[in-house]
Amino acid sequence: MDAAAKKQLKIKANKVRHGIIEGVYNAKSGHPGGSLSIADVMTYLYFSEMNVDPKNPKWEGRDRLVLSKGHTAPALYAALALKGFFPFEELKMLRKPGSMLQGHPSMKLTPGVDMSTGSLGQGISAACGMALGAKLSGAEFRVYAVLGDGEIQEGQVWEAAMYASAKGLDNLVAVIDNNNLQIDGTVSHVNSPYPIPEKFKSFGWNVIEICGDNFDEIDAAFNAARSFVGKPTAIIAKTLKGKGVSFMEDNCDWHGTAPNQEQYEKALAELDEELAKLEQM
Amino acid sequence: MADVIKTATRDAYGKALVELGQKNDKVVVLDADLAKATKTIAFKKEFPDRFFDTGIAECNMMGVAAGLATTGYTVFASSFAMFAAGRAFEQIRNSIGYTHLNVKIGATHAGISVGEDGASHQCCEDIALMRTIPGMIVINPADDVEARLAVLAAAEIDGPVYLRFGRLATPRLFGDDYKFEIGKGVELKAGTDVTIIATGLMVNEALIAAETLAADGINARVINMATIKPIDKDIVIKAAKETGVIVTAEEHSVIGGLGSAVADVVCEECPVPVLRVGVEDEYGASGPAVEMLKIYGLTADNIVAKAKAAVALKK
Repeated sequence: MDAAAKKQLKIKANKVRHGIIEGVYNAKSGHPGGSLSIADVMTYLYFSEMNVDPKNPKWEGRDRLVLSKGHTAPALYAALALKGFFPFEELKMLRKPGSMLQGHPSMKLTPGVDMSTGSLGQGISAACGMALGAKLSGAEFRVYAVLGDGEIQEGQVWEAAMYASAKGLDNLVAVIDNNNLQIDGTVSHVNSPYPIPEKFKSFGWNVIEICGDNFDEIDAAFNAARSFVGKPTAIIAKTLKGKGVSFMEDNCDWHGTAPNQEQYEKALAELDEELAKLEQM
Repeated sequence: MADVIKTATRDAYGKALVELGQKNDKVVVLDADLAKATKTIAFKKEFPDRFFDTGIAECNMMGVAAGLATTGYTVFASSFAMFAAGRAFEQIRNSIGYTHLNVKIGATHAGISVGEDGASHQCCEDIALMRTIPGMIVINPADDVEARLAVLAAAEIDGPVYLRFGRLATPRLFGDDYKFEIGKGVELKAGTDVTIIATGLMVNEALIAAETLAADGINARVINMATIKPIDKDIVIKAAKETGVIVTAEEHSVIGGLGSAVADVVCEECPVPVLRVGVEDEYGASGPAVEMLKIYGLTADNIVAKAKAAVALKK
């Protein structure tokens, strides 16, 4: 990936983070921590990896994304808005009565949302079904599932993991947002899913470990997944919960809490400052 | 009665899937390691490329079914009622119901007539669970003729349908001219003193009960209510108005099933007594299916007793 492309992705990711903070602040509820941790991967997916058409959200040939960790919908919505599926201003309607932007993603209401999620562990199974559908019909599209590291405590994830490799779904990529935090504490303390790479390997997956905020590593991982034949790929992305907003970083209290006005202004000021730096690069 | 044809509705399910598969190459079938018992094996043999066994993982199967449906397929996902409606309830609710995806849940081995396998497998709660899901259609056919028609009709609908089938071979009730329509109850026998509204294998018991009642001078109306949701309100209200009392009969818990669905309508639209025949608030047990149906009161005799009690309430 060249420097100019990387700069553009960093700027987009900063704007996705802006959108997350705007949404959660205006909703006065929601999940900023895990939205911010996955913002770089979501940005890469929508602005570099996936073949989608904002003017035709239901285009049959599109790549699909299933946000299995559905509570981080603000990151998905911000990426979709920035991509042009709906106006960025809409993010301020997050979680409000009558809004297309539900607390957790709804495929019936939001253009660009490929699967309704929110109940953890279920999205990965739907992603398997989509990948199977592509194989069955001979379609070329690829399917991406984004999971939380706490989410993989759900047994259904491993039912799906077993199935995806048994069926050779190499058109499926699962990203594990390994920010090491869940509501009740660190994932290792609550109910350790570690070692995550070994678990996916033993379930028959191609496994790639990356730094989830490093676009070179993200780019290399998705390219490697694309050319890998015969197995699904799991990208284990080491991330920082709350990434980009200093006081939210690595703090499980920001899993499901909205910033107050003062915190909101501080968060935006930090993001603005970073954006100015990026644009001057 | 030597010429009575007995077939399990699960057998009709398997055959109807093959029929559908021949007509429509977008029909795919999933099973969770029970293809021989659910009878989806018939489809597997004919269309191996469109049959997927997810192994013993029903929750994942429902999610895979949902994902497949988003790519344009009409998906039938099959297991025993206990593991489809029971174990995978929340997957059906969130991944299939909330999304209103084109998935049909083919649930076999419903009710007490599972027999020897006993309580862990005798699902008498599935109708209650499924009918609380917004947009879910719930169908419990009475015989193999109706089961086939229900499968074909479900495939014509773009959305989720729960199809409930039994393990036990039961008498064929309907001829080739039988018309099935989702959401429509069918009056099988006219009557003025009491209406028996039955579903599934209890429809046959209801018809036998009506003959016994006739001998005792009670003229019972019999309605086959295959579609429990959306329930045919008109036929229920008409029965309440014209016969004054209703008895429901189902191979399901008296809590939340057909009896409750009928009572919902009657209470709001035309209050009259509704007495329920079904599994009381208890678990099943092992034993031959027919014997278990007797032990749990799922018989024509019990319908007769309830009908007489209902008629007595009118005096």
